[in-house]
Amino acid sequence: MIKVNNLHKSFGMNDNKFEVLKGISFEVEQGDFVVILGASGSGKSTLLNVMSGLENADCGEVAYDGRDITGLSDKELTEFRKTDIAYIFQQYYLLPHLNVQSNVKMGAELVGNKDYMKIIEAVGLKDKAKKYPGELSGGEQQRVAVARALAKKPKVLFLDEPTGALDEETGRKVLDFIDKLQKEMGFTVIMVTHNQNIADMAKTVIRMNSGKIVDISKNTTQKSAYEIGW
Amino acid sequence: MVVSIRDIFKLIGVILVCFCAVFVCAIFINYGIDLKAVESEIAETSRTYYDASMLTCKAVCGVSGAVLALTSVVLLCFYISHYIESHSRDLGILKAMGYSRIKIASGFAVFGLSVLLGTSLGYAGSHLMMPKIYEVQNKDGLLPDFGVRFHPELIFFVIVIPAVVFAGIAVAYSYKKLKKPAMDLLRERNITKIKISKNEKEMPFLNEMRRNTLRQKKSLVFFIAFAIFCFSAMIQMAASMDEYASRVMSSMILIIGVILAYVILFIATSSVIRGNAKSIMMMKVMGYDAKECANAVFGGYRLWALLGFFAGTLYQYGILKVMVDVVFKDMDNVEPYRFKPVPMLISLAVYVISYEATMYFYRKRVDKMPVKQIMIE
Repeated sequence: MIKVNNLHKSFGMNDNKFEVLKGISFEVEQGDFVVILGASGSGKSTLLNVMSGLENADCGEVAYDGRDITGLSDKELTEFRKTDIAYIFQQYYLLPHLNVQSNVKMGAELVGNKDYMKIIEAVGLKDKAKKYPGELSGGEQQRVAVARALAKKPKVLFLDEPTGALDEETGRKVLDFIDKLQKEMGFTVIMVTHNQNIADMAKTVIRMNSGKIVDISKNTTQKSAYEIGW
Repeated sequence: MVVSIRDIFKLIGVILVCFCAVFVCAIFINYGIDLKAVESEIAETSRTYYDASMLTCKAVCGVSGAVLALTSVVLLCFYISHYIESHSRDLGILKAMGYSRIKIASGFAVFGLSVLLGTSLGYAGSHLMMPKIYEVQNKDGLLPDFGVRFHPELIFFVIVIPAVVFAGIAVAYSYKKLKKPAMDLLRERNITKIKISKNEKEMPFLNEMRRNTLRQKKSLVFFIAFAIFCFSAMIQMAASMDEYASRVMSSMILIIGVILAYVILFIATSSVIRGNAKSIMMMKVMGYDAKECANAVFGGYRLWALLGFFAGTLYQYGILKVMVDVVFKDMDNVEPYRFKPVPMLISLAVYVISYEATMYFYRKRVDKMPVKQIMIE
């Protein structure tokens, strides 16, 4: 279980200080599919960064099964990122001089996963395993990023606008992969998006505005990536 | 447009190498011209020394001038290549707006000013040093007394011509590098494909990362090996030539070698970091620690650096052997040159300590790179 308690985060100093997170609190169950919705500037990406340990909070608590990560040292945070979580960015951030297989291996080797080819196959890129990122389409690159993240067998998968740079068809495909793999592997998904329709895929929807949570709702039924609007 | 006058100061490596090249060459060319002018006054007993001095001037100018000029060209091209990569989007916008390739490339001519700056400083510095060199060269009084004379034509040959030639090289090289379509520049798209032979075995990720980091920028391998080559050759040369040259000369060689080595090593290592910043940050996001990241990025250069060191040892031995055998062959009381292991061992120890200290410093920089940076890049 992830427990976020009274999280505050601001950028800038003195007169230029801008509070991005204003006392955020909520809980996420293991295996949940959470979508954090909000307009640009609502603080949703900052929340994701703080929850995943990429950024420090000013105050508050982010506890994973009772272990607060906000006070961890750099070394402990590295270990946490290595064993507990994986992150998927809007811009993929694949290593350009390594092929698909090696990019996925980057995640797999951290946890001693030797079956990473199965994940490459699962995201439909088996025949492109030797291709380089520059030779792939945006959707294919994002699928490599998905495979790389999942090869780590994370407990929690963070996604920051994973379909933001993709067209509708490719975006649906990528979401479908994540959805299927989440059901198979049982990891927790925490996804940030501004696309309201994607919220229909989630179990839990958190709506944010101006650094605060304005609503937390549960979907009784989850739609598939091909049933949602776009 | 994209390149501004301020950018010329970023080419500190080119400025320093040009400074060293002109500093050394101007001293010896000037000395050679002045010595030639008193040739008729040379006593028959001093003829051998005169010939040896003239040959030394030619050899020093030829060897150091050629090596340093080549280094400057490589540094300049490397910097332009890096500049185009890091300003890809701006250059893409210009291209998309309709600016011609030659129009954009012509802006890179300002890099010739870095050469102008380096050579001018080198020329001025050489004139400050010349009286001392003239005095040392004739300390035994074998040559007639002659002072430093100013030769204005040298300004044209060692300052103006290099600046113009380098400006031309900058334009031509950037013209070639700007061949990419505007969209590729705008999207910063750089298809990196590394040739891997079919016989190569699959290896762990960190080893593969180390190998491919090395292969994607071979020029950096050259730079790091060359930096250590200069360090090794110049330090050993300075320590081994005390019987054949003055202390001033050996100190000059030592200082130039150390400056060259550290400047190139600093530029190359910073470039490795800059060029792999996103990869390093992504590795950190994934959970690799700073030591693993630094080893994956820098580890592959260690062997090349060591090869550079031994190549430098061989080079200095060869050049001194030839110099002593050819230049001093007719002179009495000159011992034949033998390889000296002590300077080699000392410079090897200094090299290992300096190299590892540099790598440690950069590892600390990797450690301090915030993972969140990846979203800002």
